[in-house]
Amino acid sequence: MEDISLHILDIAENSIKAKAKNIKIKFHENTKKDKTILEIADDGEGMNKKTLNKALNPFFTTKNTRTVGLGLSLLSESAKAANGTFSIKSKPGKGTHLKAVFQTSHIDRKPMGDIASTLISIISGHPEVNLVYAHQLNGKKYRLNTKKIKSQLNGIRINSPEVLQIIKSNIKKGLDYIGRQK
Amino acid sequence: MPKLTIKDLQKIKEKKKRTSKLREGGDYRVKITVHMGTCGIAAGARKIMNAFIEEIEKHDSSDIFLTNSGCAGLCSKEPMATIEVLDQAPVKYIDLNEKKVEEIFQKHVMGGNIAKEYALGKGSEKTDA
Repeated sequence: MEDISLHILDIAENSIKAKAKNIKIKFHENTKKDKTILEIADDGEGMNKKTLNKALNPFFTTKNTRTVGLGLSLLSESAKAANGTFSIKSKPGKGTHLKAVFQTSHIDRKPMGDIASTLISIISGHPEVNLVYAHQLNGKKYRLNTKKIKSQLNGIRINSPEVLQIIKSNIKKGLDYIGRQK
Repeated sequence: MPKLTIKDLQKIKEKKKRTSKLREGGDYRVKITVHMGTCGIAAGARKIMNAFIEEIEKHDSSDIFLTNSGCAGLCSKEPMATIEVLDQAPVKYIDLNEKKVEEIFQKHVMGGNIAKEYALGKGSEKTDA
């Protein structure tokens, strides 16, 4: 994966495959502590202990289209390469919660990438999923909640091109406003 | 914090009143599935997804259902997309880029003709034995 935004898209696809109805993506950046924390939580099927133990093994997958499963292990490696940590918790029937910590200034920290494109891809492909994106940088906050937007749309599809365009420009404005790093 | 304003949304509402007969995953003429497994994403599937969104917008089409799915098991051919015109066989397109998407959209989605040169299977049979 070239950047963190692509990791997010990949993990969110996992959540959707695990039948999640709600996905929450949280970024917490703190310049003083030189930390970028990414948390993704879903209310999908979750994993039992046995599966969870194997989840970070690149040679494990639950899918039957191929025999390797790289998504989680790649994110874990990306975090560790940037002097960070990675942890994942999961409960069957409850959902999964993962946390990746990066040292922001680390030379091997991947760039954030195009967060707006990632979110638009998720919303467009899975309009039924409620997505919360919360980004905080040194106290400044941006938050996107597709459930709220959907409730205001009165039956218009959230994945109509016009709506997607407005959401995309809103995300970009929001991220500019908090002054997030590249 | 910038918020989506009610005004923004009402503007779309007015515009969409006429065209929003379609329901999510309901009636549609064409279904486009972008494959978004780890392999697809790493190969650039997000660009492809966004290119399709752009095409739909450009053609102002309201009868197209764009969604994504996981790995199809042909990781080396990613990014891939499957296009299924109603009542016709689905066609998988491989090794996509934004330019190909534009062409395929014009040809297959709008015109109803399969863009054979980008479809899975083209050139895959080697019988030199």
